[in-house]
Amino acid sequence: MIEHAMTCQELVELITSYLDDALPADARQRFERHLAVCPGCAIYLEQMRMTLRLLGTLSAETIPATTQQELLAAFRGLRHMGESR
Amino acid sequence: MSDSENQQPRTTGASREADDVSGASTSGEAAGPASDLGLLEALRRGDEEAYLSLVSMHYAAMLRLALMYVGSRAVAEEVIQETWVGVLQGLDRFEGRSSLKTWIFRILLNRARTRAQRENRTIPFSALVTTTEPFEPTVEPDVFRSAEDQHPGSWITPPAAWDSLPEERLLSLETRQQIDQALTTLPAAQREVITLRDIDGWSANEVCDYLDISEANQRVLLHRARARVRRALAGYLAAG
Repeated sequence: MIEHAMTCQELVELITSYLDDALPADARQRFERHLAVCPGCAIYLEQMRMTLRLLGTLSAETIPATTQQELLAAFRGLRHMGESR
Repeated sequence: MSDSENQQPRTTGASREADDVSGASTSGEAAGPASDLGLLEALRRGDEEAYLSLVSMHYAAMLRLALMYVGSRAVAEEVIQETWVGVLQGLDRFEGRSSLKTWIFRILLNRARTRAQRENRTIPFSALVTTTEPFEPTVEPDVFRSAEDQHPGSWITPPAAWDSLPEERLLSLETRQQIDQALTTLPAAQREVITLRDIDGWSANEVCDYLDISEANQRVLLHRARARVRRALAGYLAAG
């Protein structure tokens, strides 16, 4: 069977599978072979990686001090109820 | 693929919070990691530090998920508080049939839905009810050469590299606001998946278990969501 080379248009749709290491071995090889010779796809993959990195920074959104205080008060209150049970 | 993937039909994720409380969960194989045990112990013991670190760790994702259901940040904050109260009240009955995190987020989802109903808001179609969608490209087809071309499917207009952009620009508040904006335009199911995977750092298996969707479905939703965010970022960064 003649193996057909992966196109750029196919590669961009497989990036999430690639990053999750969910591609079958042969597809992974074709993916990497294409990537090695295609600057456009390398840039696209790099942009995806940066997108993920930036999304990750959103988790650092800090909890407002008042919310934290209220949640702590709830924790203390419920623990006390538990003890007196 | 997790062992629990192909087990007996499950109830939807949202209703499984109650199952866990009654000890009748069907997700038996999806038991939480050993690290859950330590955390659970700490919470039951009243360890405030462990509790607060858990609360802060998931705050951003919880807020974003709650905001999909309720109309304001203030109400979303209340939903988060109700969630933690529910968690604390249920701690002694939590049996570890799902991971602690999954269980906590199911409580969040239930509280958010209840709140949305009370406010007469439309409950978004979450991944819990979305079936597999037909394939659609995540990159505009017209940036690739057509089938008649000598090199069909290769870039006509390759993307522009971002590595010449200053790091401060990429990490600026404005860039983050662009991402936030892009996230709010996503269909609910995509938004849930990308929030859990990429903001809160869940594994694919954890998301599949929580939303009760297949690995393939999870990946499609995640891929579309990421591609939309990347595209929004590319547009914003190119506009310079």
